[in-house]
Amino acid sequence: MSERTRFHLLIGVLALVVLLLFGLSLLTGPAATGFFDAFAGLFSDDRGTLALIMQEIRLPRAILAAAIGATLGLSGAALQGYLRNPLAEPGLLGISASASLGAVLALYTGFAAAFPLGLPLAALAGAVVAVLIVQALAGLSGNVLTIILAGVAVSSFAGAMTSLALNLSPNPFAALEIVFWMLGSLNDRSMTHVWLSLPVMIVGWAMLAALARPLDVLTLGEQAAQSMGVDMGRVRFLAVFGTAASVGAATAVAGAIGFVGLIVPHVLRPLVGARPSRLLPASALGGAALLLAADIAVRIVAPARDLKIGVLTALIGAPFFLWLVFRYRRTLV
Amino acid sequence: MSLLAVRDLSVALGKRAVLNGIDLTVESGECVGLIGPNGAGKSTFLKAILGQAPGAGDIRLGDAESRTMSALERARIAAYLPQEREVHWPVSVEVLVGLGRAFGRSAVAAPSAKDQALIEAAMERMAVTGLRHRRATELSGGERARVLIARALAQDTPLLLADEPTAGLDPSHQIALMATFSDLAREGRSVVACLHEISLAARWCDRIVVLNEGRIVADGPPATVLTDELMRTVYGVEIHRADSAQGLVVLPTALSETEGNDRPDGA
Repeated sequence: MSERTRFHLLIGVLALVVLLLFGLSLLTGPAATGFFDAFAGLFSDDRGTLALIMQEIRLPRAILAAAIGATLGLSGAALQGYLRNPLAEPGLLGISASASLGAVLALYTGFAAAFPLGLPLAALAGAVVAVLIVQALAGLSGNVLTIILAGVAVSSFAGAMTSLALNLSPNPFAALEIVFWMLGSLNDRSMTHVWLSLPVMIVGWAMLAALARPLDVLTLGEQAAQSMGVDMGRVRFLAVFGTAASVGAATAVAGAIGFVGLIVPHVLRPLVGARPSRLLPASALGGAALLLAADIAVRIVAPARDLKIGVLTALIGAPFFLWLVFRYRRTLV
Repeated sequence: MSLLAVRDLSVALGKRAVLNGIDLTVESGECVGLIGPNGAGKSTFLKAILGQAPGAGDIRLGDAESRTMSALERARIAAYLPQEREVHWPVSVEVLVGLGRAFGRSAVAAPSAKDQALIEAAMERMAVTGLRHRRATELSGGERARVLIARALAQDTPLLLADEPTAGLDPSHQIALMATFSDLAREGRSVVACLHEISLAARWCDRIVVLNEGRIVADGPPATVLTDELMRTVYGVEIHRADSAQGLVVLPTALSETEGNDRPDGA
């Protein structure tokens, strides 16, 4: 089997897994639903309970899980390729932290309660501010190291501000609300959240997808890539703003969900012959599958306890990260 | 029209002037050895030609000014082999050499028949066809160097700029590589290679350009340029020089008693 066929097969299998998990996600929830009834409810015009559950609760949840998972996988793969660092992940540029800060400020000030989209809009605004600061700090000729340092600085500052908001929160309930939001969840999201975040995520995906060829060439380092026709300024713009749009929108509706963007590219890299361009679509599908599975798991494992999806991904992700560090330590010796 | 024409090029990195008033013209079919001590400005010169170092002066690549060209336009005229042999991901050798044909093509498109032929020819030329399925990160230093040169050859440009291409190669691969450069010149392409192995430069290059402290101090055929006097003033070394059936032999033998540049013994 040729390398190309193997890649197409991998994409096909991943797409199939995403489809199956998407269907399974629609069937998972406290209300018992028959297989055929559930899918009939999805397309039914009557406003019965089942139709409402399917159309207003489960469908947006499944769409968001798939889209946010795809965002995290895709941006993780793109950033690892751009920064040529296997430990890069979407949170590295400070975008998740700043989007979280925006959301926390919205909760803190009551802006979130004032109107339904207050929280996600504030989070998106946080992401925009972060990306502008990173871009300004890195300057015109900014190299990879400057971008990482700028991202770390923005991340730390946003984290500090979030702590301050928690510290000064007017009452324990406000603090709890903030903490719960930061754990990351797909509970009680509506189609309004989908309409708000999906278009922005799609713009981000398009920008990151345009990086495919330049990321391949960047395997040889920046100097060689430039000499081979890669415009590094454009690459940086696409990487930074593509991540900001997609991850900003994802964080705005679901909170910070860690480790998906780090793990998925690592697992799939050997299966695509390590080519960054091929890793992008594979990671997007892999991320979607992982988050759909995690979101099904939190509903099955502890249906009554509202287990947060961000907690679950961190629970799986942190040991994996340890294993990664262990493996790299061995290869570095 | 010349392939590369540099006029009065000066480059400063920070406050340090690295290149000063460089004039150089390279015609099609020339194999040019760029030599000079460490820190003479050789690598910076190659980067400046590619628009990767800020500087004042004119640099014409083909029929346009290098700095006004897009990265893609430059890539069609000049291939570049950086001194750092970076390979960040364990891609296969075949894929890595294929990157030389990646520009201007969509990521999903398969290489055309012409691209594939150029990739095969480049691998053949550098004798890495047998390594095709190996991971590029798991090669020996010499194998990796040859694979990266094959990548540059696959770019199929009229001009090849190579920064220390022979470093880390064993004598047989050094000779094979220099013979390849010489062949490329016969085919009407041009090669500008920074070299530290004076003996290779003397034997294989049509023309030697000597850089010292950011200036060109000599430019011409090896036999006229590589004199005892020049090697003493530029490198601070004595040479053994002989004409053999294979061509000029220049072999550094000892440090000079007289003043040289940055003598390792501090004299």
